[in-house]
Amino acid sequence: MGLLGAFATTPAVFAAEAGAEVVKAGGWFLANAWLIPLIPAASFLIILLFGKRMPRGGSEVGITAVAASFVLGLLTLVQWIGAVNAAGDAAVSPAISKWTWWISGGTSFTIGTLVDGLAVALIFVVTLVSLLVHIYSTDYVAGDVRYTHFFAFLSLFTASMLFFVLSENTIQMILGWEMVGVCSFVLIGHWWEEKANSNAALKAFLTNRVGDIGLLIGMAILFFAADSFSVVKINSLAAEGSIAHGLLLAASLCLMAAVMSKSGQFFLHTWLPDAMAGPTPVSALIHAATMVVAGVYMVARLFAVFFEGLAIAGSSVNALAIMGGITTLVGASLAFVQTDIKRVLAYSTISQLGYMVLALGVGAWTAAVFHLFTHAFFKACLFLGSGSVSHAVHSFDMKKDMGGLRKHMPHTFRTFVIASLALAGLAPLAGFWSKDEILAGTGGWGAFGGTGGNGAYTFVLFMAMLTAALTAAYMTRCVYLTFFGTYRGHGHPHESGRRITVPLWILAVFAVGAGWTNLPKGFQIVPKGWREQFGHYVEPRAAEGFYFPHIAHATPSWTLAAFSTLVVLFGLGAAYYYYFVKVRALGGSATELPNGLTSRFRIARLGHRLLARKYYLDHLYTDILAKGTAGPVARGAYWLNQRGIDEVVNQAGRKAVSAGHVLYDKIDQKVVDGVVNATGRASHGAGEEIRRMQTGKVQQYAGVMFVVAALIAVVLILVL
Amino acid sequence: MWLNQFLVLSAVLFSIGVYGVLARRNGVLVLMSIELILNAVNINLVAFGSYVQTVVGEVFALFVITVAAAEVGVGLAILLLLYRNRRSVDIHDVDMMKG
Repeated sequence: MGLLGAFATTPAVFAAEAGAEVVKAGGWFLANAWLIPLIPAASFLIILLFGKRMPRGGSEVGITAVAASFVLGLLTLVQWIGAVNAAGDAAVSPAISKWTWWISGGTSFTIGTLVDGLAVALIFVVTLVSLLVHIYSTDYVAGDVRYTHFFAFLSLFTASMLFFVLSENTIQMILGWEMVGVCSFVLIGHWWEEKANSNAALKAFLTNRVGDIGLLIGMAILFFAADSFSVVKINSLAAEGSIAHGLLLAASLCLMAAVMSKSGQFFLHTWLPDAMAGPTPVSALIHAATMVVAGVYMVARLFAVFFEGLAIAGSSVNALAIMGGITTLVGASLAFVQTDIKRVLAYSTISQLGYMVLALGVGAWTAAVFHLFTHAFFKACLFLGSGSVSHAVHSFDMKKDMGGLRKHMPHTFRTFVIASLALAGLAPLAGFWSKDEILAGTGGWGAFGGTGGNGAYTFVLFMAMLTAALTAAYMTRCVYLTFFGTYRGHGHPHESGRRITVPLWILAVFAVGAGWTNLPKGFQIVPKGWREQFGHYVEPRAAEGFYFPHIAHATPSWTLAAFSTLVVLFGLGAAYYYYFVKVRALGGSATELPNGLTSRFRIARLGHRLLARKYYLDHLYTDILAKGTAGPVARGAYWLNQRGIDEVVNQAGRKAVSAGHVLYDKIDQKVVDGVVNATGRASHGAGEEIRRMQTGKVQQYAGVMFVVAALIAVVLILVL
Repeated sequence: MWLNQFLVLSAVLFSIGVYGVLARRNGVLVLMSIELILNAVNINLVAFGSYVQTVVGEVFALFVITVAAAEVGVGLAILLLLYRNRRSVDIHDVDMMKG
């Protein structure tokens, strides 16, 4: 308690209740972090107003602004490291600068920045990836009709994300969250002349709106529970148990809905693959640094709420871990059946985001943030690589227009393979360290002989292991279809220019080395000062009354690391055998085996169809939910319409009986069509009845209005 | 002076207005009827205001007059456009919102 007051009076060192020391971080860059989002925001305005008249269409302003933010972020990072070093064993409280925005009814709304390890890590990722994406875009969208407009919104996108990351209070978080959403809408629909693109943009925006309701409700609950918007205050009250568990549970469930839409968690992830309609640099930005990691960041930021609300410690299952686990599996399995290279990567992102959420769900906070950090680099590299490929072959279709590109595009090929291996999680690339830390963090040890963890999440460990194998396999497939075999497209592909390959190589270097920032504790080969550095500077050390919960840390074991590597190698080997040996034997232009599993086994074929149709989720949303709710009046009437409900219940009942025999065959025919038809009939019938009221005669409406007004008057007179 | 007299006058005006709004087919007359309703309310406001010895009623009536002027402006503009397009101001003809 009293944390906020203590910050306001800024003592150099103050002892919290139980005597654990908390040191305040200070420094010019930490206190003036507000400059970091402000510079790109100003650049947005400048480009929008004057960009068209500039020699390079405004891109120079965008690049300069993001570079300036990057440098400032780097200096902030250095100062933060200095502050942690100076504090020794004491916990370091975040550097907060805030101003009163407005006061309404005794509640003051502030705006400001909160800088701690998490924030500086994110600033580093966002500004670096954004800078590289800016440079890359000068080549990729060169000659585009809305070149200036594109750069203006890249700037705003970066600014919004930085604003969100530096949020000092929950109002600011909501604001940043929505701004990121709007920018993604604009950029996904950048080529809006094609209907599919503007549809994808709308889908992204509307799906996000669904989750945003959860965000608003969750933040409102937190405000009323903590009587404050301050992130630090909410967290510290939640951590010390001053907020009722039920409230925290409700808030975390609502906020989970927001994470579901923003971070593409099952079952609101369907917008993410469609968002591939945007230009590739935007996809890289969305998937690596901005937008989708916002959900993960929000959970990490308000972690005390989730930690206490979902009772993560000492448990073996909770909603967050399950959501992440399902998402990671769904994403990885769907990545298998895509032919569009960007869609493979999109599902891969969903899967990796599931990994992060899963990690947060089991309480492995540092592992989740670390994975966010490493994933940003290799996923940005992969996306920009796929953009480079499509730049050369003018298509995204791996089966029809790619193949054999390794000779034509050596730089793209090498960086893509490096990033793929990093994503698959092979030592010593970045993905290995972060993935393994998550696996260790589940604490679902069983036979692996590790210690620690917040609980025994064995089931989650199993899901994560399975995903590791799948990830290795689908990336092998993707690399084979794109770069090996013979070229199946038209024309002569050639390597992209320097403005594309240089960012690729920079990202590839990070894809290799980013993992070394947090080598595990048991990695005795390197000096002690090299181990767990990321965790040391990013994770707030728990102190009594502090804004971070007491989480337990797992000690990874070599057995687990060896086993997970074996799992990855198995996935890699299986896919390698299938593509590089069997398919290749058929000739360079083959992409699948003619008599593969799907043609020999009925169950495999059905499974493939289920995946190809994306688990029928899009059908569910557009055909059932959207059509069923067309027209608000019909929607209201539908639920009252017993016939419709009965129809669904009957269909579902019949389905349950026959489900044992024919699992997939009839889902399409009976349930989906049945429900669609029933919904259609019901809403049609209800609509027929209600449309009679809508005569279009103004005077009839007026008559109804007067009668109702008179009735209300009578009621008021009689009651009062 | 009796408050009742004003209230009765206001009620009569209001009823005439409601009748006009519901029954007349000419759009201009409907607008005029709406004016009647609003002015019936104004009479009520001023009467009650003077009854309880406060100026609030009159102030409020002034606001109503202002808003009524704006409303008539918009209404007449709509009618004018309607007439240009259809050569008629019969509001029974405008049922394009029929469901």
